[in-house]
Amino acid sequence: MSTPRTIIEKLWDSHVVAERPGAPSLIYIDLHLVHEVTSPQAFAGLRARGLKVRRPQNTFATTDHSTPTTPRSLPIVDPIAKAQVERLESNCEEFGIPYFGFQSPHQGIVHVIGPENGLTQPGMTVVCGDSHTATHGAFGALAFGIGTSEVEMVLATQCLLQRKSKTYEVRVDGALKPGVTAKDIILALIARIGVGGGTGCVFEYRGQAISALSMEERMTVCNMSIEGGARAGLIAPDDKTYQFLAGKPFAPKGAEWDAAVERWKRLPTDAGATYDHTITMDANTLEPMITFGTNPGMGMPVSGVVPDPASLSDPLERDSLAKALRYMDLTPGKPLAGQPVNVVFVGSCTNSRMSDLRAAAGVLKGRKVSPKVRMMVVPGSMEIKRQAEAEGLDKVFREAGADWREAGCSMCIAMNGDQLQPGEYSVSTSNRNFEGRQGKGGRTFLASPLTAAASAIAGVVTDARKL
Amino acid sequence: MAKFTTLTSRMMPMPVDNIDTDQIIPARFLKTISKEGLDKQLFNDWRYDASGAPKPDFILNAPEWQGVQILLAGDNFGCGSSREHAPWALTQWGFRAIVSTSFADIFKSNALKNGLVPVVVPRDVHAKLFEMVAADPHATATIGLASQTLTLPGGAVVEFPVDAFSKHCLLEGVDELGYILQQMPAIEAYEARKDVHLNTLNPS
Repeated sequence: MSTPRTIIEKLWDSHVVAERPGAPSLIYIDLHLVHEVTSPQAFAGLRARGLKVRRPQNTFATTDHSTPTTPRSLPIVDPIAKAQVERLESNCEEFGIPYFGFQSPHQGIVHVIGPENGLTQPGMTVVCGDSHTATHGAFGALAFGIGTSEVEMVLATQCLLQRKSKTYEVRVDGALKPGVTAKDIILALIARIGVGGGTGCVFEYRGQAISALSMEERMTVCNMSIEGGARAGLIAPDDKTYQFLAGKPFAPKGAEWDAAVERWKRLPTDAGATYDHTITMDANTLEPMITFGTNPGMGMPVSGVVPDPASLSDPLERDSLAKALRYMDLTPGKPLAGQPVNVVFVGSCTNSRMSDLRAAAGVLKGRKVSPKVRMMVVPGSMEIKRQAEAEGLDKVFREAGADWREAGCSMCIAMNGDQLQPGEYSVSTSNRNFEGRQGKGGRTFLASPLTAAASAIAGVVTDARKL
Repeated sequence: MAKFTTLTSRMMPMPVDNIDTDQIIPARFLKTISKEGLDKQLFNDWRYDASGAPKPDFILNAPEWQGVQILLAGDNFGCGSSREHAPWALTQWGFRAIVSTSFADIFKSNALKNGLVPVVVPRDVHAKLFEMVAADPHATATIGLASQTLTLPGGAVVEFPVDAFSKHCLLEGVDELGYILQQMPAIEAYEARKDVHLNTLNPS
C-alpha cells in the first residue's frame, strides 16, 4: 500500500511536470484567472518576446478592482482606471482569452465568478495575480496568488516554478453557536497564529465545524488564508461541493461529470496521513470576532477590550501595536463595542455572496441604518446582484437606507473611488485592515456581515446578538 | 533580470513589523498599465502629508539617507497582496536588498524575480543591526550572494539562506521565463499523459 497522503500532497504530485536537481519543481496550472490590475505588464512582456498565450482555454478574465460600482450606464470617470479596464479587454481580444468585461451581465469579483460559473473545480491548480486566490481552495483546489512576472510565465507556458509548501492542518471541531459565522472562524484563527503564522504553508481546514459549512462559507474561510501568511488554504471536496458545481456553466456534464466526481472522490486526505503543523480550534468556544488594529491578526471577540502595548515584552512587537493603536486612535483597555463608526461596507471576495447578503438583510429588515452611518452593499457579481434583487434584498437594503451597488471589489481595496475619508471608521466585511487600505487615513474594523449590519443600525460597533 | 553579486551599503532602519504591500505602495497607484515611475509612490502614505508634501520626519525623505541600497525592516516584511508593484517601487527607488527576520511568501518570490535580495537574519542579529545603525547611521554592511553572507559593521559575518536556484538566477541574471520555455518538451509530454486530466473551459 502506498504512503498515506494529504490532499495537499495529492494535488502537488499530480501537477508536477518536471523536476531538475537544484531547481524548484515545474508545476502545471489548470486554471489561470486574470484581472485588470496585475496583468497589463504581463501581456506587454508577452508582446515584447513575441509569445502567445499557450492555453487560452485554461485562462479566464474579468474586471473588478478598478471597476466602478456605479450604474453600468455611466462611463468610467477616472481616465486611468478606464484605460486599465479597456487594456484588459483589448489584451483578451488580442490573445484570444475569454472574459466577462465591464458591460458583461456575468462580470464580478474574480474569486466570486470562478466558482459561480463552475470554472473552479476540485483537483485543479488555480492561480491569479491576486493574493485572495486561496478562495478557490474551498473546492479542493490548490489555489494561490502570484505576481505579475508569474502571470506572464503562466500565460506563456501554463506552468510555474514552485517549491513544495509545508502542510498545515487547521482542525475546527464542534459546532458554531448561533450568530457566530465562517468569518469569525478565520478571524479567530489569524488572531491566534498571527499574520505570519502560516508562512511557507498550505492550510487544510477540516473537522466537524468545517464540514458543516456551506460552500459559500467555506470560500470565506479559505479566502483569508493569506491573511494568516499561508500561500493557500483548502477544504477537501464532499457532496456539498458536487451539489454546488452540478449544472454550473463550465462544470463537466453527463458522462464527463460522472467521471469527474469519481476522480474528485479520491482527493480527500488519506487516513493516517501526517501534516508538518497542526492546530485545533473548538468552534463551541468561538465568539463573533472583530479587528482593532492595522493587520488582520489584531483581532478579538467583539465583546473584548483593546489590548495594551505595555503588556508585550518584545520591543518591536510593542512598538508595532502602539503604532497601530495610534493610527486607529484607540485607547488600550477600552471596549471596542460602542465605538462610533462612519461607514459600513458589506462586500468583497470574502463576504459578498448570497448568504452574506441574506445575513445582512436579515439584520436590517424593518430597521434603519443610523443617520450617522453611510452603508454600502456591493454584490460580488452581477449574477448575485440579479438573484438578490429577485429575492427583494435590494429593497431591504434601500429601505434601511443603505446604498445598493453594482459588482466589484469596491471599498475593500478603494481603487475605484469607493473609499473612506481620512479619519473615518468603518466596519467592513472585507479582508484587510491595513493602514489606508480602504482610503488614505481610513480606519477599518473587519467583521462578519452580521456584525457589520448590526453596527450600521446602532451607529457604533455592535454584537448582532445584542441588537 | 539585473545581476546581483555583492553589495556594500548603509542600512535604512524601518523598525516596524508586518510592513504590508499596501504601505509599500498603496492600491490606488496600481491603476497604471506600466511598470515605470513607481518609486515616486514608494511608502506614499508614510512619506507625504495631506497636501502631498514630503514629511521631513519620514526616513525616506531625509537627505542623508538618499542612495542607500539596503532596507532594514521588521518581521514578516511584504505581507498582504501579491502586487509586484511593491518590489518594482523598492528597486526603482534604489533598494537592492532587504534585511528582516522573515518575509511573506509572495513578496519574497516577487522580489527574487526583480533582483531584490531578501536577507533573513536571526532575531539577535536583527536587533543588533538596529542598535548599530542607531549608534552610527554611516555604518555599512556587505551582502555577498555567492558566499550567502552578511558582513555586519565591525566585521562579524552571518550566513543567510537562499535557495540554490534563486541564487543562480541572481548571480547570472537568468530569466525565469526563458528557463521554463526551455522545458517545453516536458510540458508537452505532461499534457499528453494518459493519467493526467487536462481541464479546459468548455461552457454549455
